[in-house]
Amino acid sequence: MRFVIFITSLLRGLHAYRGFILGTVKRDFQSKYRTSTLGATWSVINPLAMIVVYTVIFSQIMQARLPGVESAFGYSVFLCAGVLTWGLFAEITARTQNVFLENASLLKKISFPRITLPVIVVLNAGLNFSIVFGLFTIFLIISGNFPGWVFFAIFPILAIQILFSVGLGMVLGVLNVFFRDVGQFFNIALQFWFWLTPIVYPADILPERVRSLLVFNPMAPLMQAYQGILVLGQWPHWGSLIPVMLTSLAFCCLGLHLFRKHAGEIVDEL
Amino acid sequence: MGRIQVNNLGKAYKQYPGRWARLAEWLTPGNSVRHQLKWVLKGINFNVEPGESVGIIGVNGAGKSTLLKLITGTAQSTTGQVSISGRVAALLELGMGFHPDFTGRQNAIMAGQLLGMTAQEVTDHMPQIEAFAEIGEYIDSPLRVYSSGMQVRLAFSVATAQRPDVLIVDEALSVGDAYFQHKCFGRVRSYQAQGTTLLFVSHDPGAVKTLCDRAILIDRGTICLDGNPADVLDYYNALIAPDAIDSAIREGTPNGNGTRSGSGVLRILEADLLNENKSMRALVAGQPASVHLRLQASKPLEDFTIGFLIKDRLGNDVFGTNTHHMLQALEPMAVGEIKDLFFDFPSLALGPGHYSITLAAHASADHLAGNYDWWERALVFQVMPAQGIHTIGLCHMTLTCHQQAVHVAS
Repeated sequence: MRFVIFITSLLRGLHAYRGFILGTVKRDFQSKYRTSTLGATWSVINPLAMIVVYTVIFSQIMQARLPGVESAFGYSVFLCAGVLTWGLFAEITARTQNVFLENASLLKKISFPRITLPVIVVLNAGLNFSIVFGLFTIFLIISGNFPGWVFFAIFPILAIQILFSVGLGMVLGVLNVFFRDVGQFFNIALQFWFWLTPIVYPADILPERVRSLLVFNPMAPLMQAYQGILVLGQWPHWGSLIPVMLTSLAFCCLGLHLFRKHAGEIVDEL
Repeated sequence: MGRIQVNNLGKAYKQYPGRWARLAEWLTPGNSVRHQLKWVLKGINFNVEPGESVGIIGVNGAGKSTLLKLITGTAQSTTGQVSISGRVAALLELGMGFHPDFTGRQNAIMAGQLLGMTAQEVTDHMPQIEAFAEIGEYIDSPLRVYSSGMQVRLAFSVATAQRPDVLIVDEALSVGDAYFQHKCFGRVRSYQAQGTTLLFVSHDPGAVKTLCDRAILIDRGTICLDGNPADVLDYYNALIAPDAIDSAIREGTPNGNGTRSGSGVLRILEADLLNENKSMRALVAGQPASVHLRLQASKPLEDFTIGFLIKDRLGNDVFGTNTHHMLQALEPMAVGEIKDLFFDFPSLALGPGHYSITLAAHASADHLAGNYDWWERALVFQVMPAQGIHTIGLCHMTLTCHQQAVHVAS
């Protein structure tokens, strides 16, 4: 019951400060390109360059082919499907875990709903991701690799992934205030995690023994779902996503619980 | 609207014995406690009625800022609760949420939103914000080209754009130039007149006296006195402040600091500042004071001179003399003899501020010939404002005032 009251108070705070949230997201986005001549164009050029690297270099120059896929762009699409969405995950978790430390002076001096800070992080990351993913979608359409209706199955999976990222980020964010080693450790862990997830390589090339361990990696089924949709045009196996879904909810609850229990101490510790 | 109720408020910080203790406490099941509580505020009770103006005073570290943080809600209390009715504006620090690359106008909107206003509300108040901040065309320039004074002005204008029901001010007004400070106080006063409740924390007794109709004295985390500002400030100046400042100065200036030179024929072993025979480093203007020196000769001395010079914070000479000029002949000293010397001021005529005393022992009228001992900044002390007449400046002179009617022959 107290948890429900807590959640409603969070939502009320978010609603009251919606102007601040949107304003900050807009400002963070603008501030990156504010002083450059090309301005917001850079926010398109950067991800565009990334997609060009993955597509042109891998498909044309390295002639990389995915086993069982005819299209010349097969491996490029496979790579983008994983790398772009992993980027969203990495940005949300890495920034959420530092969100309290980065805003220490604000937290100490001004009374405002603290929950707005992680929400701003998610919206910022979401905005960046929409740009890069929008460009990627345009590329899919132009190159004739657009998978059709199945494309829209991406959105519920993205929702699960964001939930997972925020939950994990919140847990780490609260811990990081009290134990600063958490942040350092997670940055390293994130790199290993990337290579231990089938993103640049398909899961099939892994030895059977290793592949069975992938069930313990919540990011693996998400990545495989994206790759399935975008490369093969397959509907995801929703059943395989249930464990991730539950893990995400567990992390979110744990994150909110830690946040509620230690919100006062966070300010004392900063 | 505008009532503040503080009930049994207390704040303790958790102190863990080591790096791992917190982790151990978190991970051990059940209610294992591995920390000690360090109480910085305890048992704070007071009510502020709507429209009342209350000043909170206390020495550094008494818990004033913590109390404000608890009242504004940035920090969570360990015991008790605070309830405030109405809209609160807290000026704990100005310029929070400003970003250097955005214009004054954009920053005003952001800062306003952070304080709980909507963008529309800030926009509606914009002409008034611009007018009050007096930054002219700069309002549309990026903040990084602002002077620090302009930033503060803009921040204050935004924070006080709307009249709040409760205004909480923490020394924030003591920034910016004198002209703008006057303007800020003017705005605070006009809000007071319109019924805003004011909670004001300051080191400046004058400001508390003029702005507030009640003062609360906090000492070592508890309320020590709650009453009309003049009484509370007198009590503060007489009892709390000297002791606290005294120990602060002593901690900051260990014995034997300052630079010394001289032949050492005559040495100043000890130097002290006394008030009614008690060693003090914080004196109240107008009270009696003595400079006490203990001297030792390493050669037989027939005639010598001891002098002192009081300097202000900036190193300006304020007052100095020596036994030669005072026509005070000093008795000859034998080898190894120790003597105490006192310079007595019946009334210390220095204005409030920080001072240092330089001491000198030399052979003749001045220290240029036969410098025995020269001790720069031997003593550091502070003068507190006197009770009674409020004065400013380096001197605390006694004076009276009288009037006389002028009869013009018709």
